[in-house]
Amino acid sequence: MNAISPDLTFDLADTSLRELNAALHAATGESNARRWRVLNPNGRHAVAVGIAAPLTVEIEGHVGYYCAGMNAEASVIIHGNAGVGLAENMMSGFVHVRGDASQAAGATGHGGLLVIDGNASARCGISMKGIDIVVKGSVGHMSAFMGQSGSLIVLGDAGEALGDSLYEARLFVRGSVKSLGADCIEKEMRDEHKVLLAEKLKAAGLDGSVDVSAFKRYGSARQLYNFHVDNASAY
Amino acid sequence: MTAHSNVPRTPPRFSATFDPATLAEIRRAAATGIYDIRGGGTKRKVPHFDDLLFLGASMSRYPLEGYREKCGTEVVLGTRFAKKPITLKTPVTIAGMSFGALSAQAKEALGRGATTVGTSTTTGDGGMTPEERGQSQTLVYQYLPSRYGMNPVDLRKADAIEIVIGQGAKPGGGGMLLGQKISDRVAAMRNLPKGIDQRSACRHPDWTGPDDLEIKIEELREITDWEKPIYVKVGASRPYYDIALAVKAGADVVVLDGMQGGTAATQDVFIENVGLPILSAIRPAVQALQDLGMHRKVQLIVSGGIRSGADVAKALALGADAVAIGTAALVALGDNDPQFEDEYQALGTTAGAYDDWHEGLDPAGITTQDPVLAARLDPVKAGHRLANYLSVMTLEAQTIARACGKSHVHNLEPEDLVALTVEAAAMAGVPLAGTSWIPGRTGGY
Repeated sequence: MNAISPDLTFDLADTSLRELNAALHAATGESNARRWRVLNPNGRHAVAVGIAAPLTVEIEGHVGYYCAGMNAEASVIIHGNAGVGLAENMMSGFVHVRGDASQAAGATGHGGLLVIDGNASARCGISMKGIDIVVKGSVGHMSAFMGQSGSLIVLGDAGEALGDSLYEARLFVRGSVKSLGADCIEKEMRDEHKVLLAEKLKAAGLDGSVDVSAFKRYGSARQLYNFHVDNASAY
Repeated sequence: MTAHSNVPRTPPRFSATFDPATLAEIRRAAATGIYDIRGGGTKRKVPHFDDLLFLGASMSRYPLEGYREKCGTEVVLGTRFAKKPITLKTPVTIAGMSFGALSAQAKEALGRGATTVGTSTTTGDGGMTPEERGQSQTLVYQYLPSRYGMNPVDLRKADAIEIVIGQGAKPGGGGMLLGQKISDRVAAMRNLPKGIDQRSACRHPDWTGPDDLEIKIEELREITDWEKPIYVKVGASRPYYDIALAVKAGADVVVLDGMQGGTAATQDVFIENVGLPILSAIRPAVQALQDLGMHRKVQLIVSGGIRSGADVAKALALGADAVAIGTAALVALGDNDPQFEDEYQALGTTAGAYDDWHEGLDPAGITTQDPVLAARLDPVKAGHRLANYLSVMTLEAQTIARACGKSHVHNLEPEDLVALTVEAAAMAGVPLAGTSWIPGRTGGY
């Protein structure tokens, strides 16, 4: 089943980032079946960005901004923390951070699954366009700002102004929400939403270990969808 | 008959402050409670290229023969870092305008016209359409705060990437595509439901400030294997510092858009009161490049009110490498054409003044998503008109350059120019005509 072997290792202590990303972009055929390992990322920005093939990349350490940016098809696992814009504009595939993520994790993501084992900072899922994001810890303020579609699932708490100016993204939070942003409201958690949430949690490897009934659902009140002067104070 | 009948009467006199347009706007605001939204750039009179003249050659300068001696117009953009710089045959490019704001036919026509004369066209907020990519030999892909339609596949198809920080019509402002222009196709490209207003954020979602921008540029270069020129576009507001910071962040090309540059839809108060006329912004931008030793290494594209080859030549003489046109290109396609006067009248306006582009009712079929209206624009014929217009602008710029003795339009220089007004002299940094006086030269920016 798992044909990922042997390792194909890039040590960023003695290999340039350019060589790594170029190799990832050129990977086809047999190289897809290998487990790509990246050593000593040391907070380097733009690690494993723009992959467009079903590779599995494991990064041993902390990464800087935009790790796995615009990812398509690949699985990128970060054994560390991630900086700003983790998996920004991801199209498909899977990105998993074992540690915490900084601001704007999953920003503008179109698809795929982003799992953050720790906490995510402000603006997690900002302007999300179809991505699913599961945060096992908490998220900071303005998360899912202008979220268009996809799901943001938070097992911990959410900061101020959750879902501000939300479009059609679905938000599920198990803990507390400090405040809701403009046009974001709590919505009834019906059975179909529990089924949906269970599916997403299962995909994130949390099958059966989390009670979906403990979550509250938030979404757009859709009152700001068309500009009207009576709503001016809400903008 | 009264005793006063022969006394001359004071004729009705409008206030310069409370002129008829101002009075009408007060009444409109009082009736509706909402600001006015429109398309286009500033309509107020501002110092512009019309306030500059070329001196031409005479005793002390040697002109080139108009129909015999070569005057180059080629421009190479993106020579700083990109593996694949862009080469254009003319310094006149097409500015970013979105599919959504414009019909697919209009976008196709822009691509056709630009390609015919060997220049580039630019996507806009909303992504890249197959029609546009297919008909555009050189296509610049805009990277905007909304990231509507942004995806790595199209990014790799692009010939250059333009990171949009702002635009001249509304520096510091985001955008809004009103629901009436959101067709099924536009909605699908932007991942949003049909018929709702689509807001375009004023800030990028995943970076803030020039230090972050440097990292963002590195990411885009890594994703595209350092092949594509990366432009940074700013609205003219603090051009010296903005251009310096864009260069510091790693831009290959900087695009500077003045307040005459158009928008698809913004508040009139914003368009008319925020930002700088392009005339006042070019010299500080060029100074920033020169101070960094990057003039001609990081190319400068200017836009906002470029209408003719004379404007092109003046912009280049002030130090730009190329220009971009938006409003003028739409007019060449057929926007505001008097042939639709009856329909403009029915919309409460007249040909030449129509600016409610956000409403999607454009009789010319350009700023609309209505399939019936959009079908009025033949992309082939409209593209041909645009190509003609671009050719004329190029020929005009060459004519002026030759008259100034230049074998390439890039050899035009501020020394070739004088200003007709004190204001233009100060802004453009050239002498007032008939004098050696350049106002403001003793001060900094």
